[in-house]
Amino acid sequence: MKKIPQYAALLAYMVFLAFPLVWLLSTALKTPQEMANLHPTWIPDRPTLANFTDAFGEQDLVGAGLRSLIVALSSSVLTVAVSLPASYALARYQGVLKRVALGWVLVSQVFPFILIIIPLFMVLKQLDLVNTLFGLVVVHVTFTLPFALWMLQGYVRSVPRELEEAAAMDGATRVRSIISIVAPLLAPGVVATLLFSFISSWNEFLFALVVLKDPDVMTLPLTLVRFTGPEGVSRLGPLAAASLMATIPSLIFFAIIQRRLRSGLMAGAVKG
Amino acid sequence: MTVTATRPAQAPRRRRKGGVSRQNREMWVLMLPALVPVLLFSVGPLLYGIGLAFTDAESGRNHVTSFVGLENFGTLLADEDFWASIRIGLIWAVSVTVLQFLASLGLALLLNQQLWFRGLARVLAVVPWAMPPVVIGLMWRLVYHPDAGIVNTTFGTDINWLADFNWALPAIIVMGVWSGMPQTTVVLLAGLQGIPRELYEAGEVDGAGSWRKFWSITLPQLRPVIVTITSLDFVWNVNQFTLVYVLTQGGPGGRTRLPMLFAYEEAFRYGFFGYAATMGVTIVIVVLGLLGFYLWRQMREAS
Repeated sequence: MKKIPQYAALLAYMVFLAFPLVWLLSTALKTPQEMANLHPTWIPDRPTLANFTDAFGEQDLVGAGLRSLIVALSSSVLTVAVSLPASYALARYQGVLKRVALGWVLVSQVFPFILIIIPLFMVLKQLDLVNTLFGLVVVHVTFTLPFALWMLQGYVRSVPRELEEAAAMDGATRVRSIISIVAPLLAPGVVATLLFSFISSWNEFLFALVVLKDPDVMTLPLTLVRFTGPEGVSRLGPLAAASLMATIPSLIFFAIIQRRLRSGLMAGAVKG
Repeated sequence: MTVTATRPAQAPRRRRKGGVSRQNREMWVLMLPALVPVLLFSVGPLLYGIGLAFTDAESGRNHVTSFVGLENFGTLLADEDFWASIRIGLIWAVSVTVLQFLASLGLALLLNQQLWFRGLARVLAVVPWAMPPVVIGLMWRLVYHPDAGIVNTTFGTDINWLADFNWALPAIIVMGVWSGMPQTTVVLLAGLQGIPRELYEAGEVDGAGSWRKFWSITLPQLRPVIVTITSLDFVWNVNQFTLVYVLTQGGPGGRTRLPMLFAYEEAFRYGFFGYAATMGVTIVIVVLGLLGFYLWRQMREAS
């Protein structure tokens, strides 16, 4: 009974954190007629899934989703491919370059995007990459790289150096020992980094807004925002439904990551 | 595996003896694939962008860019709209950071105790993190919607929150706090769990109550974590673009036009690349100045 104030506070937090989510879900389940009602209620009168199907008709959601998928898949694969060798170098060697690279990782976390986005747009224009998905992939790879590098080098560090030295003793070349010893042990780290890069790209808005001008090449976040245009109450239902669907990949990601984090911690405990 | 016997322990020694230059060469080769895009698409543009601030670059096809020295900065100093935007940006960033910190500290303290529903609260606390920023913005538009929104219904008000000159900024600040709470809470919770239990036990022996323990043990122990996360939050909030762009596009009448939105419009709506770059440089200088002052004060107080 002593803990009543704590429970009251916890309840207040849970209400504050949950109410926008519940409202989004509630809006997604309402009929257009009910949306026009002046006194909206928490629980829809006649819950319907029609908004979810209507959403596909409103805008090119399927196309936008596919484009987002292409961009997110290519940039996550490229990010990992490019940062894997570099993360090995960062974890295993010393030198000026290492300090500079780690410094850059830090700076990139507090980056003033506006300073970079104008010149970046000009560079992309020179390269004829404006309005192309490839241009956006390049930008996403560049800006996911620092954090991916940071994640991966942590995983490389956790592979005991002794394993590689033992392989070298057995006559394995450096490349050989990387391929047959380090790489398999890195698999969980690679998966985590892939997922992280995928979600960063899937969710990203500002760069996409600047790079993609044509509705035909727009990714999902841009298409969702186009939904809102002139305020029509009847379109809010499909908008809410589409927003919920756009969140699914991120939720899957977090579910996987949470399990991985737990198993990662356990692996560490066993090894001591 | 006959080779094994003939070459014992050669490789490790070779690496040590092979000298720095060899190691360095290997490192460069491995770093190269990452280095090229970073140099080409972020370090390069960053320097280019700083340079642009001193030119009259525009988006037009026939425009010839020329160096104008500090002229842009002169114009900017007299640009009242810009300084109004900086003021709004600072109100936004400071209030979101402070409220986020207080709210997250409270939540982290609760989550650190043995309470029922703690698991559920933890999941809820992380959800905003897992959502695309665009969806967060759209969701809050639904929440604030004058007719179909829940805020007016709940409080019996009749306010168009996001279009009201007085209410738009507070409304987006609430959203900002909501969306940034996960990171802050997770970091503070980790900080709380890192405080040695013995300190509290010693405090109890000395007869300290909960408040006393909070002020004399928890807060001082948490200080480095607090300084770090509030600094990061501040910078992230200043850099915020997507949430506010989706929610209000800077309206009504520029009341929520954060500096980032202002510079974005200047560059991509009106095409004044050079002037927008000047804004970018100025924003960075203002932010670094404030951050430097904050960190300097914290360091002085700590020592």
